[in-house]
Amino acid sequence: MKQRRSILATLGSIEGLPVLGILLLLYGAFLITAPSVFTKHRIYMSFLQTVPPPLVLGLGLTLVITAGEIDLSFPAVVALSGFAFSWVFTNFDTVWAPWAGVALALAAGALVGFVNGLLVAKVGVPSIMATLASQFFWYGVTILLAGGLQLNIKEVEETVMHDIFTGRIFGLIPAQALWGLGLAIFLWFILNRHTFGESIIFVGDNPNVAQVMGINVEITRIKLFTLMGVIAAFAGLLLTIEMNVFFPTQGQSFLLSAMAAVFIGGTLISGGKGSVIGTLWGSYIIGSLQAGVVATGVTSYWVQSVMGFIMILAVALNVVIGEGRLSGVSDAFRRWTSSSRSHVTKTAMETNDTAL
Amino acid sequence: MVDDSAHSYALQMIDVNKYFGPVCALKNISFDVGSNEIVGLIGDNGAGKSTIVKILTGVFPPTSGELYIGGRKVDFRRYSVQKAHRYGIETVYQDKSLGEKQVLWRNFFIGREITLPFGFIDVKKEKEIANEIMINTIGFRGKGITVDSKVSELSGGERQGVAIGRAMHFQADLILLDEPTVALSLKEVRKVLNFVHKIKEGGRACIYISHDIHDVYEISDRFVIIDRGEIVASILKQDISLKDLDKFLLEYAHGMKDKAEDKS
Repeated sequence: MKQRRSILATLGSIEGLPVLGILLLLYGAFLITAPSVFTKHRIYMSFLQTVPPPLVLGLGLTLVITAGEIDLSFPAVVALSGFAFSWVFTNFDTVWAPWAGVALALAAGALVGFVNGLLVAKVGVPSIMATLASQFFWYGVTILLAGGLQLNIKEVEETVMHDIFTGRIFGLIPAQALWGLGLAIFLWFILNRHTFGESIIFVGDNPNVAQVMGINVEITRIKLFTLMGVIAAFAGLLLTIEMNVFFPTQGQSFLLSAMAAVFIGGTLISGGKGSVIGTLWGSYIIGSLQAGVVATGVTSYWVQSVMGFIMILAVALNVVIGEGRLSGVSDAFRRWTSSSRSHVTKTAMETNDTAL
Repeated sequence: MVDDSAHSYALQMIDVNKYFGPVCALKNISFDVGSNEIVGLIGDNGAGKSTIVKILTGVFPPTSGELYIGGRKVDFRRYSVQKAHRYGIETVYQDKSLGEKQVLWRNFFIGREITLPFGFIDVKKEKEIANEIMINTIGFRGKGITVDSKVSELSGGERQGVAIGRAMHFQADLILLDEPTVALSLKEVRKVLNFVHKIKEGGRACIYISHDIHDVYEISDRFVIIDRGEIVASILKQDISLKDLDKFLLEYAHGMKDKAEDKS
């Protein structure tokens, strides 16, 4: 016998639908308050140009938070990868230089992520501390390497690679928007249809269960942080190549907005449930607010307050319609701040004892 | 060499010792479980029950001793949770067998997914098999529970049913139940005991660990009593009544207490 479910609950169970609803409502509101801007395609093209870097970060972060962890180091990776690319590009004047730059940037991201993963999974440093330290360290390293200076890479516009990453398709749609969408689809399949994603979900749900069911919790965490590093480096590349310039502080402003997009999207702060599609829409909500509020004609001092209001609205909607629970908040904070070893409780502790 | 007598045992543990640093958790543990026998392992908190479970399931190795599963000797250097699964040992824990926020079909296959190329999960097949386990093995019929239900929507007894059904599906020859009825209402305990009867009917072996001897008495064929890391008795059900078993355990506990007081 089929259970009766209310229409609201059924709609809410479709991934990301409540968030898409909020995004459309928001655009609807802006159409009324700022018709001269929001009835023209240019504003939407500008969103498709500026949202992808924080979107890509949010997508990676969705997986990390689903696993019950947090990563605060991605702004530094955005800077480091931008520097790695720009440095190779400006110092080697060959055809393959842009590609070598991309490779070095992604490798740098992987390295940062891998070290984060080792600190969290092997050493047992809580992820909030490990990645905060990592953020300071790699940001510092980037400033040192760059000598605090920006690097202009105007010539990158003439490369094929520029077209591939950030060109305009049909002279209109920014390519990075498709990269963002493609990554969202890819990561949706990884999280929901791949054994790696299932490991992430169960580790986030309950690492003890994951362990006794034969999932290698440590390896899962290391792989996850490494992946996050690569994704953050990719976001850095999209940003740097679009802007034609590297500057040492790039990425610093993405920390809170990327996180906000993840939570607006309906990913559970306590882990065990993540919504990649929700993050996709959530990123566009965050990315559209500033322009929308400013175009409305009120002073830009309103932007922050409106953003806060929308966040509360989205999260509350996810709780009411979806199955999110806010009781997880304190729980999550306890996990981020406690050693990952202590959340694989006694079992793992004893294993470690015997291993020593 | 495989001799015939070994086949009639699901498990043999010989002279197993386990130390955590200087602390002796298990001392010369030797016991066996017949291939279709339900053994009730009884002991107080800290007696060493969970340590035995963890050794059997490959979470950690013993300090010394031997373990035979279905007549095969276990090499502890290469033993792991996955290996235990392959040897036909499945465990149902009181509270850490299932991912609470996840749907049932994922819980059935976690750690051993049915995969398509490149590690992608064959969701359709997993759901089909999960549905079959729920109807035929566990006997969830018309209760409004489907493979898409979340574990958090299930009662405690139903959750244990899912975990037991999963173990039986994966052809476990020996199912360990580690305090499966703690924190359950009487009605839910009854459900779990019914699931355990299915293990026996299915021709499998089972170690039932509990400190509630009423449950243990009902379903076990034999009782192994453990205290402070040592086995103190192994009694067939036919040789003892529930009352006498209860009395024995009480006296034993008091006897140990008196001894301890004498010493001090």
